[in-house]
Amino acid sequence: MDRVALDFWVGLFVAAGLAALFALALKVSNAESFGSGPVYSVHASFDNIGGLKVRAPVKSAGVVVGRVSDISYDNTTFEAVVTMKLDDRYHFPRDTSAAIMTSGLLGEQYLALEPGGDTRNLANGDKIKITQSAVVLENLISQFLYNKASDAGGTSSAGKASGASQ
Amino acid sequence: MKPNIVSRLGARTLNAIGRLGTAARFLLQILWRSGTSWRRFHLIIREIYASGVLSLIIILVSGLFVGMVLGLQGYQTLQTYGSAQSLGVLVALSLVRELGPVVAALLFASRAGSAITAEVGLMKTTEQLQAMEMMAVDPVARIVAPRFWGGVISMPFLAAIFSMTGIYGGYMVGVRLLGVDDGAFWAQMQSAVDFREDVLNGVIKSVVFGFAISTIALFEGYDATPTAEGISRATTRTVVTSSLAILALDFVLTAFMFKGS
Repeated sequence: MDRVALDFWVGLFVAAGLAALFALALKVSNAESFGSGPVYSVHASFDNIGGLKVRAPVKSAGVVVGRVSDISYDNTTFEAVVTMKLDDRYHFPRDTSAAIMTSGLLGEQYLALEPGGDTRNLANGDKIKITQSAVVLENLISQFLYNKASDAGGTSSAGKASGASQ
Repeated sequence: MKPNIVSRLGARTLNAIGRLGTAARFLLQILWRSGTSWRRFHLIIREIYASGVLSLIIILVSGLFVGMVLGLQGYQTLQTYGSAQSLGVLVALSLVRELGPVVAALLFASRAGSAITAEVGLMKTTEQLQAMEMMAVDPVARIVAPRFWGGVISMPFLAAIFSMTGIYGGYMVGVRLLGVDDGAFWAQMQSAVDFREDVLNGVIKSVVFGFAISTIALFEGYDATPTAEGISRATTRTVVTSSLAILALDFVLTAFMFKGS
């Protein structure tokens, strides 16, 4: 095979390989959204983070505005400290609240930001003060059972009370 | 009989350690003398054609089928949990992280690695390598180094092409055949697959495999007993050793790359 044909085929092969890598970058992974853009980090403390993981999305009004970059444990307040990196394009008031939500019943957990009304915005290194922990299913079930039990115990007294009023 | 077995085992172990040392020195020699092949780049291009372009068909076809099987199997399992929507995540992550680099490397070892061993081994048997040395042409620089770099360069491209065809195979089965939602397939994939963490680590894996396969194939060829039987043994050893090396290296690399989360 002569040199020109060889160069052609190898060039085609390399082009196909680069195209595949490009497709992996743009179509398969999230290379274009979040990775290299300017970000600022904000902290928030939670009583319980449930199953929140590093790299979980941070959403506001359903839009992904950042990612969780670090999760650690504060040994003095006994709370979980979540550090998130927010995209520099988005700004949030200082009294923004953070909550840990679940997408769907079995889906991944994410951090939801609810903007407040302050005129000043969160800056790099700031702390979000109002937080709402993850809903732990076991606690929810035990609460439900407890309420059910107290309801069952309370119906007779409620009946008496309504009877007394008549 | 018993001491005989023990001494044979010992001799084999010592022999294996010795070969490992020779192979490591051989690799250093290739790296040291590959300047010529980079200056005469058409030598490397010829080898990329031989090991990369000619392996393309088997890579494309097996990538497509592996992706289609993943789509089919993944759908069956995910369907039980009502989360067939995340089929894209399953297909993409398993291909980009593991199956793409590993299966492409296994195919590359048996398709191109064995060919390299047979070629170099036959050159040695027919005394072409000695003839080159007579003419003051360094066979390592002229024959071995271009084949080495051709393999190393081809491997990541082949792995990327394998992963991409596999993902399209999974897409065809999952979306076209089984009716997973088109948008959810790609959107969930995009939110779960990270470029640096998953795609680039897969590329790094395939480059490492390329180094390993090329080294093993060239060493076996260069070191082959110069007989017909010796070449056949060397070719077999190339496929066996590089497959084992790929799987072992894959475990080590995976343990390094994806230790957390």
